[in-house]
Amino acid sequence: MSEEKKEKTQLLAVNDLTVEYSARRGKIRAVENASFTLDRGETLGIVGESGSGKSTLGMSLIRLVPYPGKIMKGNIILEEQRILKLKDEQMRDLRGRKISYIFQDPMTSLNPVEKIKDHFIELIQTHEPKVTKAQALKRAQQLFKDVGIQPERISDYPHQLSGGMRQRVMIALALALNPSVVIADEPTTALDVVVQAKILDLLGTLQERYGMALILITHDLSIVLERSDKIVVMYAGRIVEQARSTALYKSTQHPYSQGLLKSIPNIELADQKLEAIGGTPPDLLNPPHGCRFWPRCPFVMPECLVEEPSLYETGENHLVRCYLYKGEGNE
Amino acid sequence: MGKADTKKSMLSAILPGLGSLAKRGLAGWLIIVGLIFVTAIIMITVISPWIRPYDPIKINVGPPLIGPSAQHPFGTNDLGQDIFSRVLSGGGIMLQVSLLSVIVCLAVGVPLGLFASYAGGVVDRLVGLVMDSIYAFPGLVLAIAIAAMLGRGVVNMALSIAVVYIPSYFRVIRSQVLSIKEMSYIEAANAVGAKNRTILTRYILPNIMPSIVVVATVNFADAILTAAGLTFIGLGVSVSVPDWGWDLTNGRALLASGTWWVITFPGIMIILLALGFTLIGEGLSELFNPRLEQ
Repeated sequence: MSEEKKEKTQLLAVNDLTVEYSARRGKIRAVENASFTLDRGETLGIVGESGSGKSTLGMSLIRLVPYPGKIMKGNIILEEQRILKLKDEQMRDLRGRKISYIFQDPMTSLNPVEKIKDHFIELIQTHEPKVTKAQALKRAQQLFKDVGIQPERISDYPHQLSGGMRQRVMIALALALNPSVVIADEPTTALDVVVQAKILDLLGTLQERYGMALILITHDLSIVLERSDKIVVMYAGRIVEQARSTALYKSTQHPYSQGLLKSIPNIELADQKLEAIGGTPPDLLNPPHGCRFWPRCPFVMPECLVEEPSLYETGENHLVRCYLYKGEGNE
Repeated sequence: MGKADTKKSMLSAILPGLGSLAKRGLAGWLIIVGLIFVTAIIMITVISPWIRPYDPIKINVGPPLIGPSAQHPFGTNDLGQDIFSRVLSGGGIMLQVSLLSVIVCLAVGVPLGLFASYAGGVVDRLVGLVMDSIYAFPGLVLAIAIAAMLGRGVVNMALSIAVVYIPSYFRVIRSQVLSIKEMSYIEAANAVGAKNRTILTRYILPNIMPSIVVVATVNFADAILTAAGLTFIGLGVSVSVPDWGWDLTNGRALLASGTWWVITFPGIMIILLALGFTLIGEGLSELFNPRLEQ
């Protein structure tokens, strides 16, 4: 992508964000001290396994962390607006207009009793009350062309569309008001591989056409390596590595990211051995003392068990939470 | 094959939707039979002023307490009133009462259930508590108590039945709202900034409509029985209006002396009407709930 040529202005800044779920047995910090930034038109990949807090991070950006989750501290700044300080009404207005969310499961993300076109009309008229039904419909039909569905299908009910088509509809809905950032939370998990690639390509193309920023949340590092500008790797609620994707690919530093990379099959290597990361993610009610990854880490050192490492800067915008890189850069 | 086709085309000639109902198996037929009972009784009641042989409230139109005959097909009661005429006209009050009570229930129970369970928390708890305490009473006893306080009349009867029945609506709606609230299309609607009002009216209400319709038909059947019960114990309408419930009260004392016809024919009508609504309700709930299908 030609991000060097584009004017780089900061769109979104997340600072020290901590999200907590209160369970009966205690508090779970699903996201702890997360900080990152996103420029206009940029793509950010958030990678992590199940329970790493990546979806919670995504949901907190639109302030819809599911109950009993709560944003404990930190701030999120979107286009100079402090999102966490906004009133509920203001936030509601922002959703869909400035920031949209595409969910994992397209099969159940559309209202089964409403025609597709009514979803669009309702969405557009909610945010732009002056738009007439006919105008909204026209815009929806254009969006349908953009996402590659015949405009006639707009009068169908959700059950009449296939899973891939429904995800295209979800994308069209997310783009309907031309938001500055779209969050796609595992947008292809429920779809088969061929459709997956198509949907991701479509997201890329539309991102360029509409000039929006994209946050791609996934468990599949290979997807974001080729499609995003920046990558944030999460493990057990922590950002463990954060870099531009080219830098991350050239020098993967955190042992967890290395493990993720080694588990991706590569068709160019004939005798590649796929390696799995041993063990299971930690129970966040009782996280391991010290670094959260040490029980599974091949390079574990005594100091890892004592205290959690902070993020060390090992290169330009390359941050790693690991003692292996303690001497290399600044804290 | 040919027979089935004619049957279907006959049905669809009566009502375009009936033909497709017949294809839905048992559930469809339950609805059709129920609809036939209910519409037949409604039609009879409506046109009764023109088809009944005698004035139903006029006394001594024939000798008192004679059995069914050509003159009086269903016999006469102790006042010499024609039972057949009374059966034809006697459904009016019950139909009015049950219709009015269903309307009141829909107007109060549905919004209450929707708002309370969507809002959740304290509101839900409080409304739920009130509803549960009403629900804890035996329905007929509570209706009798309220009707006794309010006095006679169609509106008062309807109100007392509505009070008894609103908790049923609340329960059904609440359970549905709680599950639909968690669906991802609600989450998705929230994520694009839909207003609460929109979510309630365009996302949740249409999705729980099938359950509401089922409860309403069951409510109809129950309202008819309760209305009959209220009239039976004298809390219904005045004697000057023909009513099956009143005929039951009157006929009860006469049954011991062998005059079975005074109580039997109005009783059958009440059963048929309640059965019709129950069949519709059963059929609809089976039709709307695919999980019950074998």
